[in-house]
Amino acid sequence: MSADSVAAAQAGEIPIGQLRSRGYWRSVWVRLRRDKVSVACAAVLILIALSAIFAPLLSPHDPYQGNVVKRLAPIGTAGYLLGTDELGRDMLSRLLYGGRVSLFIGLFPVFCALIVGGTAGIAAGFIGGRTNMAIMRLMDVFYAFPSILLAIAISGALGGGFSNVILALALILVPPITRVAESVTTQVRSYDFVEAARASGAGTWTIIRVHVLSNVLGPIFIYTTSLISFSIIVASGLSFLGLGVTPPTADWGLMLSTLRQAIWINPYAAALPGLMIFVTSLSFNLLSDGLRSAMDVRL
Amino acid sequence: MSDCRKNIRREPVTTCPPAPTESQPLLSVKGLRKYFPVKGGLLKRQIAAIQAVDDVSFEVRRGEVLGIVGESGCGKSTTARLLMRLIEPDAGQVIFDGKEVGMRDGMTVTDLRRHAQMVFQDSYSSLNPRLPVEDTIAFGPVVHGTARSKAKERARYLLNEVGLDPSRFGRRYPHELSGGQRQRINIARALALQPQMVFLDEAVSALDKSVEAQVLNLLLDLREEFNLTYVFISHDLNVVQYISDRVLVMYLGKVVEVGPIGDVYKEPAHPYTHALLSSRPSMDPEDRKKESPLSGDPPTPINPPSGCRFRTRCAFAEDVCARAVPALTPIRADGSWLAACHMIIPGSGHSRAAAINEATTGGTNG
Repeated sequence: MSADSVAAAQAGEIPIGQLRSRGYWRSVWVRLRRDKVSVACAAVLILIALSAIFAPLLSPHDPYQGNVVKRLAPIGTAGYLLGTDELGRDMLSRLLYGGRVSLFIGLFPVFCALIVGGTAGIAAGFIGGRTNMAIMRLMDVFYAFPSILLAIAISGALGGGFSNVILALALILVPPITRVAESVTTQVRSYDFVEAARASGAGTWTIIRVHVLSNVLGPIFIYTTSLISFSIIVASGLSFLGLGVTPPTADWGLMLSTLRQAIWINPYAAALPGLMIFVTSLSFNLLSDGLRSAMDVRL
Repeated sequence: MSDCRKNIRREPVTTCPPAPTESQPLLSVKGLRKYFPVKGGLLKRQIAAIQAVDDVSFEVRRGEVLGIVGESGCGKSTTARLLMRLIEPDAGQVIFDGKEVGMRDGMTVTDLRRHAQMVFQDSYSSLNPRLPVEDTIAFGPVVHGTARSKAKERARYLLNEVGLDPSRFGRRYPHELSGGQRQRINIARALALQPQMVFLDEAVSALDKSVEAQVLNLLLDLREEFNLTYVFISHDLNVVQYISDRVLVMYLGKVVEVGPIGDVYKEPAHPYTHALLSSRPSMDPEDRKKESPLSGDPPTPINPPSGCRFRTRCAFAEDVCARAVPALTPIRADGSWLAACHMIIPGSGHSRAAAINEATTGGTNG
């Protein structure tokens, strides 16, 4: 009870340091750090990201320069740590460079979709009424198609290539983010503190900035991180189908596609790009789960 | 606050005279009306209207506590939200401190929200979970142009006023506080803009009884300190009796009775007020009630009964009650006590109407 606890603390019974509160994001950080799986996944992802960023420094060979004599060398060949591909290019170098493309194609569309979908969803949720109806029914049109099929259709119509893949992926990621953003915003808007803020004389923008964003960005962000692995897999899938980036670009999905004919000759090397896709998307997924439970502070 | 108010802290029987009347009420409400449209069908056309608040008029004097009671769904909370302009009224005048709200030569809604504030029922959902409580309190002043440091200072001062040590509680988040502490924060937030009037919408209803008493006493202390006027909305008749100078009884969006708390509780003039008051459990086992004074739920406000809205549940209902809407009629000549019942309107056609006094006592006994 309040008066009692005040009295107790004033009498020095409760050490004040113990009662000091820490901010929400700080507590999320502390909880996330305690989760071993999340820490491991974060470490793996940082490693992959760093190796992609520093690919030119780390690569032992030119990823686009093949050696016809040494095609499909097995893992552990001298000079070619992870073997070579069907054109005799160094696998390690290609995997490092491939990470740059694959991570970018995986992450950038998610980021674009977060901006577009988040804005649309928060607007729909906060304004409500006809605006909500218009935005959400538009999203339902996209929902009517299976998302992978939609991505294939868009890339197919626009043609392959780097920017078209990003556009296709961003388009299929916008509707689910919008839907999540809309539902959390609608929920937050119904709370009395929004009404109390209006009663304090605050305008719409101030209310959105101070009271709505602080409560909806967390859930939207969690959901978005869970889409990263999906985006990476769909991007790889598009490359695999020849609708994504075009050869000879080093990209995990495309490498998987071109190496599949070699699966009987050099199965381990052929499986490496797939392994990279698997590890990356799994790490993103587990980290997203960890983030979700760390942010799920019962309020 | 007079001395007799202090005396009744433990014994909630009001013997106080009504608060000193001034020539001009702080808040005057005339003909306030809000119908919520019910939409249906393919084209979402309006097919009906919920008559949430219908032709409500009352006055609040400076410095008094006006209690508003009634069953769930009678329009108590809607009335408060209409007065704060959180909902736009369909019709009616709201005159605050002599200036009509929303009129060009009157008071803007922004001004109104500086002079009148509101405390919500749900202490949890009325505080932003991501904001330290100090920032929640300082939010209003900052919005109204106070410097951030000044607003923080005021927030800390108010935290102290509501009984929470600012250095310990200021940086906390709402989930780190108990329900009573959160409601104290809500009260501090309402006081941050130095309002003259505070609407308390079921402000203590969600609290434990012991905490409720603390918060009620806090409210009374703050009223004295800051010269506040309260409109206290509650379904708890005992709490209203404890805190209010006058009481207003609502039924299905209409005012059925308004008057000094002591008089209304002693001799309710309207059969609904009487039924509501006798629904309270008695402390005396000998005085046990054998049958419920009021049966059934209120009718739906979508198609309320014609004439007097209470007639469907009233033991004294006659033909006239279905024909004509009873107007609020003075029971006392000075107009301090009004009720809307055909039985007290002389010459209304009700069989009990002719003798006003008999009808009043009849209502009390029956």
